[in-house]
Amino acid sequence: MNDQAETGGQRVRFYQTGTHTVGNRLMDAATRTVQSSIDRSNAITSGHRACQGCGEALGARYALDAAMRAAGGRMVAVNATGCLEVFTTPYPETSWQIAWLHSVFGNAPAVATGVAAAMRATGRTDVRVVAQGGDGGTTDIGFGCLSGMFERNDDVLYICYDNEAYMNTGVQRSSATPAFARTATTPAVGPHPGNVFGTGKNLPRIAMAHEIPYVATASVADLHDLEAKVTRAMAIGGARYIHIMVPCPLGWGSASQDTIKLARLAVESGLFPLFEAEHGDVTAVKTIRHQVPVEAYLRPQKRFAHLFREGHEDHQTLAAIQAMADANIRRYGLLGEGKA
Amino acid sequence: MLKQIEGSQGMAEAIALCRPQVICAYPITPQTHIVEGLGAMVKDGRLQGCEYINVESEFGAMSVAIGASAGGARAYTATASQGLLFMAEAVYNAAGLGLPIVMTLGNRAIGAPINIWNDHSDAMALKDAGWIQLYAETNQEAADLHIQAFRIAEELSCPVMVCVDGFILTHAFERIDLPTQEEVDRFLPPYVPVQQLDPDNPYSIGAMVGPEAFTEVRYLGHQKHIDALEVIPRVADEFRAAFGREAGGLIRPYRLEGAETVLVALGSINGTIKDVVDAERERGVKAGAISICSFRPFPLAELNEALSGAKRVVCIEKSLSPGLGGVLASNLRMALRGHAVPVYTVIAGLGGRPILRSGIAGVIEAAGRDALDDITFLDLNRSAVEGQLTRAAGLRESGPIAENLLKALNPGLVHRVSPRRAGE
Ligand SMILES: Cc1ncc(C[n+]2csc(CCOP(=O)(O)OP(=O)(O)O)c2C)c(N)n1
Ligand code: SF4
Ligand SMILES: [Mg+2]
Repeated sequence: MNDQAETGGQRVRFYQTGTHTVGNRLMDAATRTVQSSIDRSNAITSGHRACQGCGEALGARYALDAAMRAAGGRMVAVNATGCLEVFTTPYPETSWQIAWLHSVFGNAPAVATGVAAAMRATGRTDVRVVAQGGDGGTTDIGFGCLSGMFERNDDVLYICYDNEAYMNTGVQRSSATPAFARTATTPAVGPHPGNVFGTGKNLPRIAMAHEIPYVATASVADLHDLEAKVTRAMAIGGARYIHIMVPCPLGWGSASQDTIKLARLAVESGLFPLFEAEHGDVTAVKTIRHQVPVEAYLRPQKRFAHLFREGHEDHQTLAAIQAMADANIRRYGLLGEGKA
Repeated sequence: MLKQIEGSQGMAEAIALCRPQVICAYPITPQTHIVEGLGAMVKDGRLQGCEYINVESEFGAMSVAIGASAGGARAYTATASQGLLFMAEAVYNAAGLGLPIVMTLGNRAIGAPINIWNDHSDAMALKDAGWIQLYAETNQEAADLHIQAFRIAEELSCPVMVCVDGFILTHAFERIDLPTQEEVDRFLPPYVPVQQLDPDNPYSIGAMVGPEAFTEVRYLGHQKHIDALEVIPRVADEFRAAFGREAGGLIRPYRLEGAETVLVALGSINGTIKDVVDAERERGVKAGAISICSFRPFPLAELNEALSGAKRVVCIEKSLSPGLGGVLASNLRMALRGHAVPVYTVIAGLGGRPILRSGIAGVIEAAGRDALDDITFLDLNRSAVEGQLTRAAGLRESGPIAENLLKALNPGLVHRVSPRRAGE
């Protein structure tokens, strides 16, 4: 839709997408994104080795720059092993312009707990700690440490960059891999191709079950929302969790220029609901203006290509995935008041 | 101040005097009393400025310690046995990152079969993790080594594991001389990290290092241990000067003058060994002993020199490398280059089996006749194992060794699982 708006007396034309995305130019300076600001921290600076169109690189940059602004630059980041760690720190180079520590794959939440404890013990209580990992590092191997950090309500913001598989090791299934997706360990062969239906875990809801102060989901397709959630999380003490969906062109078999589009379709289809929760209760959801059929999201991704074979479209499976999206829409009221 | 207390409490008090800033606690026998003692001191305010974190696993414990140490705090944790293996990945990581964490290891066997009693299998499993490993002989030394450990770790930026025999030391009540806070403060200055996570001076720590630099990183890690060969005895000397008693150092020779048979061991068993050496000397047998305090770094030169007069060396080892034999003996042979001296292994005290003076005396006697095998299992129940071996030769049995042995020892005890009745 083409529209016009008033900014500082000047009429500008803008294109509003199907979501609530609004360009920065149309907003007053205070509500513009951190990312658009010349004095953002550039937590991950250029020169890293992520694939073209890597959603994780974007998500981490957005999240950490917003967190750095919220913390007034007084921040330390801890990283689990995974793509983000590998593509940012090929020794002796580093893309990190902030204090950063990587220990091993499954312990980022505990390491972050330790850093936060050190800051308290040494009187640097103003320094905030952010831990981050991929979905494998978060939902599988780091799950015990994460649950411990949540349960103790340690003063750590944990961010999961969910690209729905173990990408760094070559796209293997994790417990965040969606049903039917092809990965290297759930190949699209045999009578039931792809990841097994009815498996996997929903980490934001598990985080909520710990009744920690703040849980949110976010998407690289909605920068304002993502930054706002990080900023809100940073304003709170205790254990906080943000789960960001980050498309991975390599693992998903998608075009690198489609990363934002796919992230948006995941939200608009209802497959990836955006919400916030405090102390275990959902407090806000981001409604969908127009629900898109899941097919629009699935079709551009080669990991779902087996559902769309010429003349053999798997309508039954598509219906099952659509039902999952519809269930999310009902559960979170994603179509707004009274619409489901 | 002299106190009649449990070894674990003595260690806890000594550790508290070192002013740790972050303590990670996870229970596992026989280490638990140490972290319990520290927890009480943090909670009632005797240990100030310390974050005490009840973690969800040993892997979490070492990981929290890693974050704390990298964050610039003096970090401590304790574990044993299964717990050490559970945290193994993080143990290596702490050394690779050069973090001066101090950890007590309440030495205990590793299952299966599960066993809570003392041996050195746990420490040996991680001997190559890059940590300095110090072994305490007495409860007094167990307390004192911790005070030295923080000094050594922080001077070298290298983690230190203080190995204390489970139960034998951790649970024994003995008289321990505990120093005052002022004395410890004079000996151990506050921790000043060489590199830490600091928003004002941001470093990337823990980057991915490829083949072009990995060897150099490992070489430098090895060099820290070479440096430790100088630092450990120096710290022990300073400790003696400050506190007026011996503790630590690399090795402690005992009655080596003219000794023909020299027993070498780690940890508390050295007390018994010295008693036996005294008795043998009384009888005119030329026996001597060496207690190794620093197993990593391994004091090759000091052992080479100390053993130069020995006719034979017997390692009394509380661990077994299946398929090889004794780890200590194989290490010791490297120290004996240039000496044509036989090195025997005696595997003893596995899973907490008592090592008696009579057993050690028997070993010295057999060694004197040069009648020891390369490897001897002290007090082995020969008929049990031979019976099992005979049975196994006729019948291939898979499954757990302990339970199979039980069948042979007492067939009546074996539960027969009756076939399920239909519908059950
Ligand atoms: C203990 C351990 N197991 C396995 C690995 C191998 N490994 C390294 S990164 C990785 C995949 C990471 O996946 P994820 O956490 O989803 O992050 P992504 O790379 O997808 O961003 C795996 C399996 C490891 N480094 N350590
Ligand atoms: S494999 Fe995926 S997550 Fe990893 S760098 Fe490439 S696009 Fe990013
Ligand atoms: Mg992943």
